[in-house]
Amino acid sequence: MGRVEGKVAFITGAARGQGRSHALRLAQEGADIIAIDYLEDLPENPYPPATEEDLVETVRQVEALDRRIIASKADVRDFDALKAAVDDGVAQLGRLDIVSANAGIAGRPNLSEDVPEDEWMRMIDINLNGVWRTAKAAIPHLKAGGRGGSIILTSSDAGLFPYANISHYVSAKHGVVGLMRTLALELAPDFIRVNSVHPTTVDTLMVQNDGIYRLFRPDLENPTKDDFAQAAVAMNALPIPWVEAVDISNAVLFLASDESRYITGVPLPVDAGAAIK
Amino acid sequence: MGRVDGKVAFITGAARGQGRSHALRLAQEGADIIAVDIAESIPGMDKFYPGATEEDLAETVRQVEALDRRIVATKADVRDYDALKSALDAGVAELGHVDIVSANAGIFAFGEQSQLVTDAEWEMVNDINAKGVWHTAKAVIPHLIEQGTGGSIILTSSTAGLKGTPNVVAYTASKHAVVGIMRTLALELAPHRIRVNTVHPTGVATDMILNEATFRLFMPDVEHPTKEQAAPIFETTNALPIPWVEPIDISNAVLFLASDEARYVTGTELKVDAGYTIK
Repeated sequence: MGRVEGKVAFITGAARGQGRSHALRLAQEGADIIAIDYLEDLPENPYPPATEEDLVETVRQVEALDRRIIASKADVRDFDALKAAVDDGVAQLGRLDIVSANAGIAGRPNLSEDVPEDEWMRMIDINLNGVWRTAKAAIPHLKAGGRGGSIILTSSDAGLFPYANISHYVSAKHGVVGLMRTLALELAPDFIRVNSVHPTTVDTLMVQNDGIYRLFRPDLENPTKDDFAQAAVAMNALPIPWVEAVDISNAVLFLASDESRYITGVPLPVDAGAAIK
Repeated sequence: MGRVDGKVAFITGAARGQGRSHALRLAQEGADIIAVDIAESIPGMDKFYPGATEEDLAETVRQVEALDRRIVATKADVRDYDALKSALDAGVAELGHVDIVSANAGIFAFGEQSQLVTDAEWEMVNDINAKGVWHTAKAVIPHLIEQGTGGSIILTSSTAGLKGTPNVVAYTASKHAVVGIMRTLALELAPHRIRVNTVHPTGVATDMILNEATFRLFMPDVEHPTKEQAAPIFETTNALPIPWVEPIDISNAVLFLASDEARYVTGTELKVDAGYTIK
């Protein structure tokens, strides 16, 4: 018996990285999946976008686990598209129980006074507003189900304390915590729980790229993954540079399952102790 | 395959309530258990609720063994470091190692405004709830470091470790202290891959909470308040529409933190509080 057997999970940013990992981990434990991803290039984002092939691969891997998945291309900045994707997924899979608002970007590092206005607005629109739109699209289905539910918002350690040179990212991720706490209060009467996860560096393409390497190793002309690892390990208390996507998925699984039936309003760091350093 | 298969867990306050529940949940998922409990009435506590008994501890042993796991149980007081260390060392000698620690033993004394609390009550509560947690860690850390295989230490705090609680000053101070102990241990032990976290329950349906003295804390004007009268008042303290959680809910959080699923979670306050602290 899987830990989320028979439930349906809606996951944004599911084409690759943490989103794909969440889809697979929840499917392993018995959930069917509604997956969306943007799959297009974003201006000034320092790493390549997820592709249609990536999303197809998520579908293939979930189906290989004998679970169902309804995947579509949708942008968390477009509420109508997001709503259509959830509505269609629920129509086909019959219910909704779990929401993982995972879609997000890293953006381009800059001092606060140097962040171009359009980059600031895009960051907030995806990493904060997109999370709100995800909740807004999902909540009516959770309420209609009458069985409660679990919404997990992906924040970051940058949602708990500051990092220089990424104030747009830090602001959006702090905003997610305020959204989580408010949703938790609003939805508690319906037994819909809302929590956030706060990863330290995760070993995905969003951080494993030259832009991030340069942000953390401004002392080097052409920093490598190993150079970044030295800086990354210094941020954590545990002697590791980064965690794996599955570590965040295991936290999401715990929060999604009935094992945490009375946990709500909690920011859960999966951060190798970075927040207490 | 259990989620903590092959591991050994050291649990204080294991005779009943949350401690017994932790022992059973971890044993269900494959762990052997080293259990301690004071297993006698604590002078000054009887006016609140009765102490655990040796029969309670024997029942924990019976239930763990019924799951086909091994358990070494000893009567020991967390205020007595030597007794605690002896119990742990004997358990490790028999079971081979220790991987998980649940510093769960604690008492709940309350009822007076801070200026009226006696030194004796303050010291009793803080000796058990704060110093006892430190003793537990102090006894087990050398084993964990020497083994070199990491480990997970889970300290039981409370919502009262995060927020003020009127008329409960000694307990509230002791549970805040547990957070300070946790954060410091997490930093000190991280190089050894030993993780340290706290759990923060709201009211849990155990003898410690479900008693007339505790009910009266919420209903000072009622002479003999009942569980049925208390439930709706307890419910107002939580965001989720429930009066209290069950011991198993805390055990599931302890299991998550104990398991390798949380291998990079350290220094964290994990609330199992039905939204108490965001209200």
